[in-house]
Amino acid sequence: MYKIAVLGDRDSIYGFAALGLETFPVLSDEEAVETLKKIAEDGYAVIYITENLLSALDKEVEKYREQILPAIIPIPGVSGNTGAGIANVKKLVEQAVGSDIIFNN
Amino acid sequence: MAGKQVNPTRMELTRLKKKLATARRGHKLLKDKRDELMRQFLDMVRENKALREKVEQGILQANGNFVLARASMENETLNEALMAPRQEVSLESSTRNIMSVDIPVFEYKTRTADPNDIYCYGYASTSADLDDAVKSLADILPDMLELAQKEKACQLMASEIEKTRRRVNALEHVVIPQTQSQIKYIVMKLDENERSTQIRLMKVKDMMLEQAHHYTEKQVNE
Repeated sequence: MYKIAVLGDRDSIYGFAALGLETFPVLSDEEAVETLKKIAEDGYAVIYITENLLSALDKEVEKYREQILPAIIPIPGVSGNTGAGIANVKKLVEQAVGSDIIFNN
Repeated sequence: MAGKQVNPTRMELTRLKKKLATARRGHKLLKDKRDELMRQFLDMVRENKALREKVEQGILQANGNFVLARASMENETLNEALMAPRQEVSLESSTRNIMSVDIPVFEYKTRTADPNDIYCYGYASTSADLDDAVKSLADILPDMLELAQKEKACQLMASEIEKTRRRVNALEHVVIPQTQSQIKYIVMKLDENERSTQIRLMKVKDMMLEQAHHYTEKQVNE
Protein backbone atom coordinates (compact mmCIF):
# COMPACT_ATOMS: atom_id res chain seq x y z
CA MET A 1 0.00 0.00 0.00
CA TYR A 2 1.56 3.25 -1.10
CA LYS A 3 0.93 6.87 -0.25
CA ILE A 4 1.07 10.04 -2.28
CA ALA A 5 3.17 13.02 -1.25
CA VAL A 6 3.09 16.63 -2.34
CA LEU A 7 6.21 18.71 -1.84
CA GLY A 8 6.42 22.44 -2.32
CA ASP A 9 5.85 25.84 -0.84
CA ARG A 10 2.91 25.93 1.51
CA ASP A 11 0.69 28.19 -0.54
CA SER A 12 0.89 25.93 -3.55
CA ILE A 13 0.12 22.66 -1.86
CA TYR A 14 -2.12 23.11 1.16
CA GLY A 15 -5.21 22.38 -0.90
CA PHE A 16 -4.05 18.85 -1.56
CA ALA A 17 -4.28 18.06 2.12
CA ALA A 18 -8.05 18.21 1.87
CA LEU A 19 -7.99 15.46 -0.74
CA GLY A 20 -6.06 13.15 1.51
CA LEU A 21 -2.64 13.54 -0.04
CA GLU A 22 0.18 14.10 2.37
CA THR A 23 1.69 17.53 2.07
CA PHE A 24 5.23 18.47 2.97
CA PRO A 25 5.56 22.22 2.98
CA VAL A 26 9.16 23.39 2.68
CA LEU A 27 10.63 26.85 2.91
CA SER A 28 14.08 26.48 1.37
CA ASP A 29 15.74 24.44 -1.33
CA GLU A 30 17.96 22.67 1.20
CA GLU A 31 14.96 21.67 3.22
CA ALA A 32 13.32 20.38 0.06
CA VAL A 33 16.32 18.19 -0.74
CA GLU A 34 16.30 16.75 2.76
CA THR A 35 12.58 16.13 2.72
CA LEU A 36 12.65 14.52 -0.70
CA LYS A 37 15.43 12.17 0.37
CA LYS A 38 13.43 11.18 3.40
CA ILE A 39 10.08 10.59 1.72
CA ALA A 40 11.47 8.90 -1.38
CA GLU A 41 12.52 5.96 0.80
CA ASP A 42 9.35 5.95 2.81
CA GLY A 43 6.69 4.17 0.82
CA TYR A 44 5.46 6.97 -1.38
CA ALA A 45 4.64 5.85 -4.89
CA VAL A 46 4.00 9.29 -6.30
CA ILE A 47 5.67 12.49 -5.22
CA TYR A 48 4.39 15.69 -6.73
CA ILE A 49 6.77 18.61 -6.49
CA THR A 50 6.19 22.18 -7.51
CA GLU A 51 7.97 23.33 -10.63
CA ASN A 52 10.00 26.02 -8.92
CA LEU A 53 11.58 23.37 -6.69
CA LEU A 54 12.43 21.20 -9.65
CA SER A 55 15.66 22.94 -10.58
CA ALA A 56 16.96 22.70 -7.00
CA LEU A 57 16.06 19.03 -6.77
CA ASP A 58 17.36 18.06 -10.18
CA LYS A 59 20.13 15.85 -8.85
CA GLU A 60 17.85 13.99 -6.48
CA VAL A 61 15.12 13.54 -9.06
CA GLU A 62 17.65 12.13 -11.50
CA LYS A 63 18.49 9.39 -9.02
CA TYR A 64 14.94 8.06 -8.97
CA ARG A 65 14.39 8.39 -12.69
CA GLU A 66 15.38 4.82 -13.49
CA GLN A 67 13.51 3.24 -10.61
CA ILE A 68 9.93 2.14 -10.99
CA LEU A 69 8.92 3.86 -7.76
CA PRO A 70 8.66 6.61 -6.72
CA ALA A 71 7.38 8.62 -9.64
CA ILE A 72 8.39 12.22 -9.16
CA ILE A 73 6.07 14.49 -11.07
CA PRO A 74 6.38 18.27 -11.37
CA ILE A 75 3.18 20.30 -11.01
CA PRO A 76 2.71 24.05 -11.37
CA GLY A 77 2.72 26.02 -8.15
CA VAL A 78 0.63 28.97 -7.08
CA SER A 79 3.02 31.39 -8.75
CA GLY A 80 1.99 30.07 -12.14
CA ASN A 81 3.19 27.69 -14.78
CA THR A 82 6.90 27.93 -15.49
CA GLY A 83 6.78 25.38 -18.30
CA ALA A 84 9.28 23.16 -16.49
CA GLY A 85 6.91 20.20 -16.55
CA ILE A 86 6.43 20.29 -20.30
CA ALA A 87 10.15 20.92 -20.75
CA ASN A 88 10.75 17.70 -18.82
CA VAL A 89 8.58 15.70 -21.19
CA LYS A 90 10.36 17.35 -24.08
CA LYS A 91 13.68 16.24 -22.64
CA LEU A 92 12.42 12.66 -22.50
CA VAL A 93 11.57 12.76 -26.19
CA GLU A 94 15.01 14.08 -26.96
CA GLN A 95 16.60 11.38 -24.87
CA ALA A 96 14.69 8.63 -26.63
CA VAL A 97 14.52 9.83 -30.20
CA GLY A 98 17.63 11.98 -30.40
CA SER A 99 15.76 15.08 -31.42
CA ASP A 100 12.49 16.65 -30.51
CA ILE A 101 9.81 15.53 -32.92
CA ILE A 102 6.66 16.22 -30.92
CA PHE A 103 6.88 19.69 -29.49
CA ASN A 104 8.31 21.64 -32.39
CA ASN A 105 4.97 22.74 -33.74
CA MET B 1 40.29 -1.33 -39.07
CA ALA B 2 42.30 -4.28 -37.87
CA GLY B 3 41.07 -4.28 -34.31
CA LYS B 4 42.46 -6.80 -31.92
CA GLN B 5 45.07 -9.23 -33.24
CA VAL B 6 43.69 -12.76 -33.62
CA ASN B 7 45.36 -16.11 -34.08
CA PRO B 8 44.94 -17.29 -37.65
CA THR B 9 43.70 -20.76 -36.84
CA ARG B 10 40.69 -22.70 -38.03
CA MET B 11 39.33 -22.91 -34.53
CA GLU B 12 39.48 -19.19 -34.16
CA LEU B 13 37.77 -18.83 -37.52
CA THR B 14 34.89 -21.05 -36.45
CA ARG B 15 34.58 -19.14 -33.23
CA LEU B 16 34.49 -15.80 -35.01
CA LYS B 17 31.94 -16.99 -37.54
CA LYS B 18 29.68 -18.07 -34.70
CA LYS B 19 30.22 -14.75 -33.00
CA LEU B 20 29.31 -12.88 -36.16
CA ALA B 21 26.11 -14.89 -36.58
CA THR B 22 25.15 -14.17 -32.98
CA ALA B 23 25.94 -10.49 -33.35
CA ARG B 24 23.84 -10.24 -36.50
CA ARG B 25 20.95 -11.98 -34.82
CA GLY B 26 21.24 -9.83 -31.73
CA HIS B 27 21.44 -6.73 -33.85
CA LYS B 28 18.26 -7.60 -35.68
CA LEU B 29 16.39 -8.42 -32.49
CA LEU B 30 17.53 -5.28 -30.70
CA LYS B 31 16.66 -3.19 -33.71
CA ASP B 32 13.15 -4.60 -33.71
CA LYS B 33 12.91 -3.99 -29.99
CA ARG B 34 14.04 -0.41 -30.43
CA ASP B 35 11.54 0.24 -33.19
CA GLU B 36 8.64 -1.19 -31.27
CA LEU B 37 9.63 0.61 -28.07
CA MET B 38 9.90 3.81 -30.02
CA ARG B 39 6.43 3.38 -31.48
CA GLN B 40 4.90 2.75 -28.07
CA PHE B 41 6.91 5.54 -26.52
CA LEU B 42 5.69 8.08 -29.05
CA ASP B 43 2.07 7.13 -28.42
CA MET B 44 2.66 7.29 -24.69
CA VAL B 45 4.45 10.60 -24.79
CA ARG B 46 1.67 12.18 -26.86
CA GLU B 47 -0.85 11.09 -24.26
CA ASN B 48 1.50 12.33 -21.58
CA LYS B 49 1.70 15.73 -23.19
CA ALA B 50 -2.06 16.08 -23.55
CA LEU B 51 -2.63 14.93 -20.00
CA ARG B 52 0.00 17.26 -18.63
CA GLU B 53 -1.54 20.22 -20.37
CA LYS B 54 -4.90 19.28 -18.94
CA VAL B 55 -3.56 18.79 -15.42
CA GLU B 56 -1.57 22.01 -15.47
CA GLN B 57 -4.64 23.87 -16.63
CA GLY B 58 -6.70 22.25 -13.88
CA ILE B 59 -4.22 23.00 -11.13
CA LEU B 60 -3.88 26.56 -12.30
CA GLN B 61 -7.61 26.97 -12.05
CA ALA B 62 -7.72 25.30 -8.65
CA ASN B 63 -4.97 27.57 -7.42
CA GLY B 64 -6.97 30.54 -8.62
CA ASN B 65 -9.94 29.28 -6.66
CA PHE B 66 -7.82 28.86 -3.56
CA VAL B 67 -6.60 32.42 -3.87
CA LEU B 68 -10.22 33.53 -3.95
CA ALA B 69 -11.02 31.39 -0.94
CA ARG B 70 -8.11 32.84 1.01
CA ALA B 71 -9.17 36.33 0.15
CA SER B 72 -12.58 35.86 1.66
CA MET B 73 -11.50 33.99 4.77
CA GLU B 74 -9.30 34.47 7.76
CA ASN B 75 -6.01 32.65 7.45
CA GLU B 76 -6.58 30.88 10.76
CA THR B 77 -10.02 29.70 9.77
CA LEU B 78 -8.66 28.30 6.55
CA ASN B 79 -5.84 26.49 8.29
CA GLU B 80 -8.24 25.08 10.79
CA ALA B 81 -10.63 23.94 8.09
CA LEU B 82 -7.94 22.01 6.25
CA MET B 83 -6.15 20.75 9.34
CA ALA B 84 -7.86 17.40 9.67
CA PRO B 85 -8.49 15.84 6.30
CA ARG B 86 -11.24 13.27 6.30
CA GLN B 87 -10.24 11.71 3.06
CA GLU B 88 -7.13 9.68 2.53
CA VAL B 89 -5.87 8.40 -0.77
CA SER B 90 -3.76 5.29 -0.96
CA LEU B 91 -2.26 3.63 -3.98
CA GLU B 92 -1.98 0.06 -5.09
CA SER B 93 0.89 -0.30 -7.48
CA SER B 94 1.47 -3.16 -9.86
CA THR B 95 3.71 -3.35 -12.87
CA ARG B 96 2.98 -3.89 -16.51
CA ASN B 97 5.55 -5.08 -18.95
CA ILE B 98 5.99 -3.26 -22.23
CA MET B 99 8.78 -4.74 -24.33
CA SER B 100 10.72 -5.83 -21.23
CA VAL B 101 10.28 -2.45 -19.57
CA ASP B 102 8.42 -2.65 -16.31
CA ILE B 103 6.11 0.30 -15.94
CA PRO B 104 3.98 1.02 -12.90
CA VAL B 105 0.22 0.83 -12.92
CA PHE B 106 -1.47 2.74 -10.13
CA GLU B 107 -4.83 2.03 -8.70
CA TYR B 108 -6.00 4.44 -6.11
CA LYS B 109 -8.37 3.95 -3.26
CA THR B 110 -10.00 6.53 -1.07
CA ARG B 111 -10.52 5.86 2.57
CA THR B 112 -14.18 6.67 2.65
CA ALA B 113 -16.47 4.96 0.24
CA ASP B 114 -17.56 8.13 -1.51
CA PRO B 115 -14.66 9.78 -3.31
CA ASN B 116 -16.57 13.03 -3.27
CA ASP B 117 -16.41 13.07 0.49
CA ILE B 118 -13.76 15.74 0.55
CA TYR B 119 -15.13 18.52 2.68
CA CYS B 120 -13.43 17.99 5.98
CA TYR B 121 -14.85 21.06 7.65
CA GLY B 122 -18.11 22.47 8.84
CA TYR B 123 -19.70 24.81 6.40
CA ALA B 124 -20.47 27.45 8.99
CA SER B 125 -17.19 29.30 9.18
CA THR B 126 -15.83 28.74 5.71
CA SER B 127 -16.71 30.47 2.50
CA ALA B 128 -18.29 28.83 -0.50
CA ASP B 129 -15.18 29.67 -2.48
CA LEU B 130 -13.25 27.13 -0.46
CA ASP B 131 -15.75 24.44 -1.40
CA ASP B 132 -15.26 25.34 -5.04
CA ALA B 133 -11.51 25.30 -4.69
CA VAL B 134 -11.38 21.92 -2.99
CA LYS B 135 -13.84 20.52 -5.51
CA SER B 136 -11.82 21.75 -8.48
CA LEU B 137 -8.71 20.15 -7.04
CA ALA B 138 -10.53 16.90 -6.36
CA ASP B 139 -11.73 16.81 -9.95
CA ILE B 140 -8.22 16.98 -11.27
CA LEU B 141 -6.83 14.30 -8.94
CA PRO B 142 -7.61 11.23 -11.09
CA ASP B 143 -5.92 12.93 -14.02
CA MET B 144 -2.94 13.74 -11.85
CA LEU B 145 -2.53 10.09 -10.93
CA GLU B 146 -2.89 9.07 -14.54
CA LEU B 147 -0.26 11.64 -15.39
CA ALA B 148 2.09 10.25 -12.76
CA GLN B 149 1.71 6.80 -14.21
CA LYS B 150 2.19 7.92 -17.82
CA GLU B 151 5.09 10.19 -17.07
CA LYS B 152 6.93 7.53 -15.10
CA ALA B 153 6.34 5.08 -17.92
CA CYS B 154 7.76 7.60 -20.38
CA GLN B 155 10.83 8.14 -18.23
CA LEU B 156 11.51 4.43 -17.95
CA MET B 157 10.90 3.81 -21.63
CA ALA B 158 13.07 6.73 -22.69
CA SER B 159 16.06 5.41 -20.80
CA GLU B 160 15.43 1.90 -22.10
CA ILE B 161 15.26 3.19 -25.67
CA GLU B 162 18.50 5.05 -25.16
CA LYS B 163 20.22 1.92 -23.87
CA THR B 164 18.85 -0.22 -26.67
CA ARG B 165 19.89 2.33 -29.27
CA ARG B 166 23.42 2.32 -27.94
CA ARG B 167 23.57 -1.44 -28.08
CA VAL B 168 22.25 -1.49 -31.63
CA ASN B 169 24.80 1.08 -32.70
CA ALA B 170 27.64 -0.69 -30.92
CA LEU B 171 26.78 -3.93 -32.68
CA GLU B 172 26.23 -2.28 -36.04
CA HIS B 173 29.26 -0.04 -36.11
CA VAL B 174 31.82 -1.80 -33.93
CA VAL B 175 31.26 -5.47 -33.19
CA ILE B 176 30.04 -6.64 -36.59
CA PRO B 177 32.61 -4.81 -38.79
CA GLN B 178 35.43 -5.80 -36.46
CA THR B 179 34.48 -9.45 -36.52
CA GLN B 180 34.12 -9.33 -40.29
CA SER B 181 37.59 -7.90 -40.74
CA GLN B 182 39.04 -10.47 -38.36
CA ILE B 183 37.39 -13.26 -40.32
CA LYS B 184 38.76 -11.84 -43.54
CA TYR B 185 42.22 -11.67 -42.03
CA ILE B 186 42.13 -15.28 -40.90
CA VAL B 187 40.83 -16.54 -44.24
CA MET B 188 43.57 -14.69 -46.09
CA LYS B 189 46.22 -15.93 -43.72
CA LEU B 190 45.03 -19.54 -44.02
CA ASP B 191 44.94 -19.34 -47.82
CA GLU B 192 48.42 -17.92 -47.80
CA ASN B 193 49.64 -20.76 -45.59
CA GLU B 194 48.09 -23.29 -47.91
CA ARG B 195 49.76 -21.80 -50.96
CA SER B 196 53.11 -21.73 -49.29
CA THR B 197 52.77 -25.35 -48.23
CA GLN B 198 51.93 -26.35 -51.79
CA ILE B 199 54.95 -24.53 -53.18
CA ARG B 200 57.18 -26.10 -50.59
CA LEU B 201 55.94 -29.58 -51.49
CA MET B 202 56.53 -28.95 -55.19
CA LYS B 203 60.02 -27.73 -54.47
CA VAL B 204 60.79 -30.76 -52.30
CA LYS B 205 59.54 -33.07 -55.05
CA ASP B 206 61.84 -31.35 -57.54
CA MET B 207 64.80 -31.79 -55.25
CA MET B 208 64.03 -35.45 -54.60
CA LEU B 209 63.71 -36.21 -58.31
CA GLU B 210 66.99 -34.50 -58.99
CA GLN B 211 68.73 -36.51 -56.33
CA ALA B 212 67.37 -39.86 -57.46
CA HIS B 213 67.70 -39.62 -61.25
CA HIS B 214 70.07 -36.76 -61.74
CA TYR B 215 67.76 -34.81 -63.91
CA THR B 216 65.46 -31.94 -63.37
CA GLU B 217 61.81 -31.96 -64.12
CA LYS B 218 62.36 -29.14 -66.54
CA GLN B 219 64.51 -31.33 -68.81
CA VAL B 220 61.89 -34.05 -68.90
CA ASN B 221 59.32 -31.64 -70.16
CA GLU B 222 61.55 -30.39 -72.91
